[in-house]
Amino acid sequence: MPTVHDWINNPLAVVDGLFAQSNSSPDWEKKVVEYFKEKLKLNDAHTWVPSLNDVPLYYLKPNSLVKFRCMVQDMFDPEFFMGVYETNDLTSNSKQVKCGKYRDITVGGQVDFNSRNTVTSERQTFYCVPIPGESQWAKESYAGTSQARVVPSTSYVPNRHKRSYEEDDEMDTQPQQMKDVSQGTQSSAESHGNTEPKRQETEAPSHDSSSAHCTSSLDLNFPLPGEKGPACLVKVYEDWDSFKLNDMLEVFGILSADPALRVIADEREASLLLDPTEVTETVEEQRVHSPPASLVPRLHMLYAQPLVHNNPLLPSSAPENDGDHLSSVLGELASVRAELHTYLTHVLMGDSLAAEYLILHLISNVYSRRDVLPLGKFTLNLSGCPHSSPYTEHLYKAIQQLVPSSYRLCMSLHNMNNQRMVPRKDYTANRLVSGTLQLANNTSLFLDETQLEQGQLDATGVRNITALGNLISWQKVDYDFNYHQMEFPCNINVLITSEGRSLLPSDSQVHLRPTLNPPNLEEYLSAVQVAQIPSQLNKYRIYLSVARALNYTISDEITKAVEEDFVEMRKDDPQSMSAEDLHRLLVVARLLSLSHGQNTLSRDGWMKAKQLEALRISRTQQQKSVSGNEP
Amino acid sequence: AASPSSFAQKRLSGKSRAFHASRSASEDPLSPPSQRSRAHDTSTELQPMPTSPAMDTAAQDVSLFSSPMAPEVDVSSPLMYGTPSSRVEGTPRSGIRGTPARQRADLGSVRKAPQVDMHSEPVSESCCHSPIFVLFLQRFLQQFTDPNSREEENAGLDLNEPLYMQKLDEISVVGEPVLNVNCSHIQTFDADLYRQLICYPQEVIPTFDMAVNELFFDRLPDSVLEHQIQVRPYSALKTRNMRALNPEDIDQLITISGMVIRTSQLIPEMQEAFFRCQVCAFNTRVEVDRGRIAEPAVCRNCNTTHSMALVHNRSAFSDKQMIKLQESPEDMPAGQTPHTTVVYAHNDLVDKVQPGDRINITGIYRAAPMRLNPRQSQVKSVYKTHIDVIHFRKTDEKRLHGLDEDGEQKLFTKERVAMLKELAAKPDVYERLSSALAPSIYEHEDIKKGILLQLFGGTRKDFTQTGRGNFRAEINILLCGDPGTSKSQLLQYVYNLVPRGQYTSGKGSSAVGLTAYVMKDPETRQLVLQTGALVLSDNGICCIDEFDKMSDNTRSVLHEVMEQQTLSIAKAGIICQLNARTSVLAAANPVESQWNPKKTTIENIQLPHTLLSRFDLIFLMLDPQDEAYDRRLAHHLVSLYYQSEEQIEEEYLDMAVLKDYIAFARTSVHPRLSEEASQALIEAYVDMRKIGSGRGMVSAYPRQLESLIRLAEAHAKVRFSSKVESIDVEEAKRLHREALKQSATDPRTGFVDISILTTGMSATARKRKEEVAQALKKLIQSKGKTPAMKYQQLFDDLRGQSEAAITKDMFDEALRALADEDYLTVTGKTVRLL
Repeated sequence: MPTVHDWINNPLAVVDGLFAQSNSSPDWEKKVVEYFKEKLKLNDAHTWVPSLNDVPLYYLKPNSLVKFRCMVQDMFDPEFFMGVYETNDLTSNSKQVKCGKYRDITVGGQVDFNSRNTVTSERQTFYCVPIPGESQWAKESYAGTSQARVVPSTSYVPNRHKRSYEEDDEMDTQPQQMKDVSQGTQSSAESHGNTEPKRQETEAPSHDSSSAHCTSSLDLNFPLPGEKGPACLVKVYEDWDSFKLNDMLEVFGILSADPALRVIADEREASLLLDPTEVTETVEEQRVHSPPASLVPRLHMLYAQPLVHNNPLLPSSAPENDGDHLSSVLGELASVRAELHTYLTHVLMGDSLAAEYLILHLISNVYSRRDVLPLGKFTLNLSGCPHSSPYTEHLYKAIQQLVPSSYRLCMSLHNMNNQRMVPRKDYTANRLVSGTLQLANNTSLFLDETQLEQGQLDATGVRNITALGNLISWQKVDYDFNYHQMEFPCNINVLITSEGRSLLPSDSQVHLRPTLNPPNLEEYLSAVQVAQIPSQLNKYRIYLSVARALNYTISDEITKAVEEDFVEMRKDDPQSMSAEDLHRLLVVARLLSLSHGQNTLSRDGWMKAKQLEALRISRTQQQKSVSGNEP
Repeated sequence: AASPSSFAQKRLSGKSRAFHASRSASEDPLSPPSQRSRAHDTSTELQPMPTSPAMDTAAQDVSLFSSPMAPEVDVSSPLMYGTPSSRVEGTPRSGIRGTPARQRADLGSVRKAPQVDMHSEPVSESCCHSPIFVLFLQRFLQQFTDPNSREEENAGLDLNEPLYMQKLDEISVVGEPVLNVNCSHIQTFDADLYRQLICYPQEVIPTFDMAVNELFFDRLPDSVLEHQIQVRPYSALKTRNMRALNPEDIDQLITISGMVIRTSQLIPEMQEAFFRCQVCAFNTRVEVDRGRIAEPAVCRNCNTTHSMALVHNRSAFSDKQMIKLQESPEDMPAGQTPHTTVVYAHNDLVDKVQPGDRINITGIYRAAPMRLNPRQSQVKSVYKTHIDVIHFRKTDEKRLHGLDEDGEQKLFTKERVAMLKELAAKPDVYERLSSALAPSIYEHEDIKKGILLQLFGGTRKDFTQTGRGNFRAEINILLCGDPGTSKSQLLQYVYNLVPRGQYTSGKGSSAVGLTAYVMKDPETRQLVLQTGALVLSDNGICCIDEFDKMSDNTRSVLHEVMEQQTLSIAKAGIICQLNARTSVLAAANPVESQWNPKKTTIENIQLPHTLLSRFDLIFLMLDPQDEAYDRRLAHHLVSLYYQSEEQIEEEYLDMAVLKDYIAFARTSVHPRLSEEASQALIEAYVDMRKIGSGRGMVSAYPRQLESLIRLAEAHAKVRFSSKVESIDVEEAKRLHREALKQSATDPRTGFVDISILTTGMSATARKRKEEVAQALKKLIQSKGKTPAMKYQQLFDDLRGQSEAAITKDMFDEALRALADEDYLTVTGKTVRLL
């Protein structure tokens, strides 16, 4: 196997090889990218590549090919680097032209800065984090499909992760400095010399992977609190303009975790003290832009696949490329939908209407925008949830089991007043400080308003509520850049659970009406969930992702019919049917059709949507008359 | 001034770099003030212009007032040493008498090897500094004229005379030895010269300096300048976005725009180190090369090794400041974060800009490899990049100075302008544009037209001389109507369309958030004025949603803004008046959840009429209930949901085109009233007054006339016409009438009554109120001598007596009116006669 997998274990050799062949014609760069793309296309070659998401960093060989499923959290400034450089070998006094692409550090010999062969190139750095709120099942399932063999490497096992990173730094720098003193300039002869002292301190790595993710004082800037996983500085060499903030990507790249990176940074810091004119970065900026490679590895991108979804059960390519899979799913779609509906009805304590709406909500998706208006969003407000009971938590767990990424935001006063929701630019550290609302597309955001109690909202709280309102109404978040705001469109499914009507806007409100009244709520709900076997859950997961991605059209004939209908309804009672109601009805009709696997609106579908809405509205009105003072 | 005297006080060493002997003496912080002024006098008036080299003058000056601090005045006294000619690259040849050259830190040292060599054809210095080249540059300065110049700096200059010669004259008058040269002028003069300037600024600019100085002192031999003139080229045509910078631009002259986000403190950068031998006190100077000082190991005088020590306050320093520049938000592609660049400002450019300023900078792009560690062979293969700034230009400076021009310097290509003009020539451009506005919102044609006119705005007029102040050019619009009639959506759209738009919600904003607040800067501990939405949307549109939910306190701020277009602030000792020339687009919901057609606008939205009268147009967005409308609406909505993106784009004008169209019209069209239009306006106004007067009501006030003028001007702008003609007035009248019809119709009589908006009550309502009060008075009088009555009883009696229905509100009002007459008082539930 090792011969076959050379491109995984030592991709830089491939790069160097192609560079050497090129005779400095510039098209070698394309060739490199093509080579790896070809390799990855081979049946399931991409599964052989170890993933940073599920393999602890210390198992991975530096300078090997790895992949990383991530979201672009921040984009740093482009940097210029030595694309091609020439080195002087002191011992043999020969010159060598080398390629600096996909590397952080030059290799071998003294670099000749005045060489005519030097080519300066440009690359961009993205700060990437694992997809925020990714469900456990999705993570496990991705990890399960991986066929990468990660054996603790015998040649390089820096067992540094068990210590916190400050200690780590010391350990990194000390041997380095000692070596520098002892070996002096001779160290230039050996290119990998600085890894040597590490080998001596090798211990058997602990097999408990959870302990590997030590808590560190370095803020990795994850959007959601309590997230785990590596953050990564991804160096992009081509088309960086095509990537956007919050894009989900699967990056294939060369891992670079050379401890020397940090050493250089340290020494620079020291030299800064001597020469204040060189201060271009503050200490904060340093920490953010060159964190220790052992915590935030560098990944030199060879190829990145934008992820339309992060559902591991579906092929990652666009659905139309995979007709067979789609048709097989569509075949049993009706039955899966029925089962899912039953399941959700149980979860919602026997409320079948709410279950219906929940399905519609889960497959909603902003498919287009007309000037400022996002089309296709369907924010659901489940009112009538009991106050401060564990019910909402269980409901969230059930949803978490169904969608690939989700987050539950308890709207307690404390959270509203203290949590940073809107990402903010920190100009001192020159980075975008993440916030809870920096989420990838199609994340399910579960807003738990039952946690909200009376009290005072401070300025932050008001801003957060406004931000949530904007998110729901316009599907956008205005990031705070201090001197101005910048609008980032998003596509987040928002579900609000509340006691009465939510204080946030929503597209549709369903008042929960339980028909079951189990004596022990928690027992009942866990029993409902346990009853779902994994294969069944997988079916639901596939169903939801497929239904959301289906195309949808309305024929001219139906358009006419809908118009007629609208005029008719307005005639009877203009108050009952406003333009907004029609908007909603059209969305409901769309989602209802899609949920049944139909990609065009039928007359029947329209009628069903109307019935569904009528049911919901009558229930809301009843609720109003019951509680009386509801607005 | 970049270095006020406080700097000089702080850093004696910084001043040791003597520019001109007399100046250094006058700036010597240790010489008492009286002497200082005398020194100045001597050099400028009493003495003839020194013709001898700088050294002589210096010695002379020193002898005049021997420094109190230095008893051992030696040759190396800070007062003494002029600029050694060796230090300055490209020092002009002699003949530029006395005036010392000042080192150009912005250009760096020519002698340094190119740090990153990108070019295969280096310009040989000899060619660059050749006399022919100098002459060539001088010819440019002597001959270049720009008759069509529209630049502000050229105001007051004769455009048919050579431009730069006039500027040289200006320098001799003002005494600021800086010549700003527009690169596009050079390009029109000689493309090849321009190319050389862009590609080899480091070589060409010093030569340019030389040419300018020679020319200047030939022309004005008697001028006294602080130092030799420095040339600062700007607007290199390579002007672009920060994003477009790439390795090919290294060491070239570039112009980029951006916003300052951080400035560092002043960094004294050593230019020349001063060493003194500890043994024999021998002095020597070493120039700093690429940030390093080669410390002399051996004293040249006494041959002692390692005896040389650095004397800090005898070394020469220059000012340097690090500035972080961020891409302007307008330049950024959607979905990306802004880039930043490091910029170094030198000498007098230090402290010229503040965080938050929008600037265009011209400078040389530099890249340097990460600092090498001599002990380590491995190098981080990344370069550090920065820009050495040569010229700053604040893009929003004009805005601060309150000049008429719009701050936006949006440049359009010729093709774009031609395209826009073609569009403007179409007869239906007004309709086209208004339908392109928020296409997802159905109909409401007149509202869209009103907003369109608001986007264009009227012509700004200045009546300061006649004491009236500025005449508001901005059009304010209020939308009121049923909830769910896409008011917010319209606001959002406008907010997204205009470059300087702000969006706030009445619920979420406080007076402070709208105006400005004072904050303590955490770094400098200085009080800083942070501006709020209204100030930020100066020259833009401030969209205020849920206007009715705004607290009275907050709303009161708007009174000043909406008429005077300024904002007065008195907070924490900062008292100022800020410009807030913003148009307000507000949306308000009726107090009851539904619009009550039986009530007036004021009653429906419960806003003070003083504020309402400041809106030029008030529109009602109601749900029209008719079948044909419903059908069209349904069609519109359904098609919204299934049309593909391409279809949508075909149907409507692009949002980008609309944006450019508005920007172009706002900056370059300034229509004036034509004779015929003024007549039409007068007639319109008189007509409006007449309508009301027939029924004893006033239906127009001067404010309405002003509104009409603004609307007509805006409509002329839409047509790109420099004259307001009668069709503009017609449309303004129509729109104004439409808006009035909607908002100022008295629901009781069905007539338009402007007093609803101006006084909060229609004339009929006022009449009615009086009638009720009179009826009540009669009723009470008829009851005879009862000093106190039950409230409820009286109400019922009045109701029983009157033919018209009397509401409780009306009854209360009548009571209040009588109480005002001192006829009765109401205490709790009893009414007492007085």
